Amino acid sequence: MIELKDVAYTYGGAELFSGLGLTLAPGSFHFLTGPSGAGKTTLLKLCYGELTATSGEVTLFGEPRRGLSRDQLAMTRRRIGVVHQDCQFLDHLPLAENIALPLTVAGRGDEAEGNLKDLLAWVGLTKQAGQRPPELSGGERQRAALARAVITSPDVILADEPTGNIDWEMSQRLLRLLVELNRMGKAVLIATHDLELIRAAKAQVSARVLRLTGRKLQMAGAEL
Amino acid sequence: MARLPRALTLIAGDPGADRSVPPSGFTAWLTLGAAAAMAFLAVFVLAFSAATGRLADRWSEELARTSTLRISAPAEEMAAQTAAAIRVLEQTPGIAAAHALTDEEEEALLAPWFGSDLPLAALPVPQLIEIVEEGEGYDAAGLRARLIAEVPGAVLDDHARWREPLVAAASRLRLLAFVSAILIGAALVAMVTLAVQSSLAANAQIIRVLRLVGARDVYIARAFVRRFTLRALIGAAGGTAAGVAALFILPRSDVAGGFLTGLGFAGQSWLLPLAIPVVAAIAAFWATRAAALSRLRAES
Repeated sequence: MIELKDVAYTYGGAELFSGLGLTLAPGSFHFLTGPSGAGKTTLLKLCYGELTATSGEVTLFGEPRRGLSRDQLAMTRRRIGVVHQDCQFLDHLPLAENIALPLTVAGRGDEAEGNLKDLLAWVGLTKQAGQRPPELSGGERQRAALARAVITSPDVILADEPTGNIDWEMSQRLLRLLVELNRMGKAVLIATHDLELIRAAKAQVSARVLRLTGRKLQMAGAEL
Repeated sequence: MARLPRALTLIAGDPGADRSVPPSGFTAWLTLGAAAAMAFLAVFVLAFSAATGRLADRWSEELARTSTLRISAPAEEMAAQTAAAIRVLEQTPGIAAAHALTDEEEEALLAPWFGSDLPLAALPVPQLIEIVEEGEGYDAAGLRARLIAEVPGAVLDDHARWREPLVAAASRLRLLAFVSAILIGAALVAMVTLAVQSSLAANAQIIRVLRLVGARDVYIARAFVRRFTLRALIGAAGGTAAGVAALFILPRSDVAGGFLTGLGFAGQSWLLPLAIPVVAAIAAFWATRAAALSRLRAES
């Protein structure tokens, strides 16, 4: 579904990584680790087309990223659920409308009602449905961001530190949601420093752990 | 052909797209205020244009339908030459009437310049004969030739030298009004474009989120386009209403007389101001659409 071949990315004259290869096939589950500043967030952005590789080829659902028109890229993004580290929302809208936003944008707003109730319950935000995002805690915002990313049942889920601000119990709950989606054939890529989360996931699903370090992407060691 | 449905989707509106941008902000007031001010000025430009046209038509028509014959002759010949001139004029086809002004009428004509107690008899004032035309009018060249032979002191003034500059002045004033209307429209477009740019910059986070969840440019632009078009429409409607009300407050021309007090519309031309809010909305629609789409493209 998403494939990176011999990809390099340079920012401000400095090469962040090069010769990078990655394939997110249907039903695959990947963790991406590495030191801060190694380029994990950049790699995720390349995967959903927000950034364009300096060299190499990024293919999104069989189409080269460079060949996609703006409208085609927007349509491609509807097939990718993204959870950002900074969890940005439309602060003037209630949480429920924010979570339903991908459906609204896709003209599928009428599907929101059924999905939304179950999803809010799953991420423990039923009571907060009418609140505005600035009124929520960091953890609540992260859960909301994950709910927004999966509401359209996308083919690929990309998450950047999705459990950074939430307790162990809730992170396990969110992990179960991602595992369930993965079992439905969705590809999942999670960038994280949380080794406990990775171990917990590996107990439930066949996950590959990649480490981005020294400008290269490699399989993580046996300790994971 | 693909552009038409795209433009229609921008006009049609989408509750989801509308809600994705917060409704408040100074750009709302900027657009409303600018549209109102421009519409107010546009009402006066239209009224000015209409009044100029009416005035030029009236003057041109009045001057075209009358002429003046001036007889400058020694006092002892004045009566004979006047009678001869009247006779010639009465015989000329295309002349309905010829009337020699009395001393009182000539005094009244000169009163604005010399006062009402003018000793007319002591002054070498020429005899004036007012000529009123009929039908297609008379042959001025033929009449002049006959007057030279029969009334040597007569000079015919068919007002052509007054009419032509008036018509030229009127057409220039109309051109001035047209240029003013264009400038007002351009100022509105510039103001709306600035407001849209500012609004897009202020809502950068919203645009990032919308893109992240797969919103197309036209979806994002729609929220701005519809909102700014409506603001321009409402602002221009308010400005137009205020402008028309101001025209009613001006003194009526039949009371005060003069050109400026005749500023306004007459008859069906009262419908002209109704076009101002529509034109403002159309201008705002295209300005917003162009600004939003170009900004969104530039940001990628």
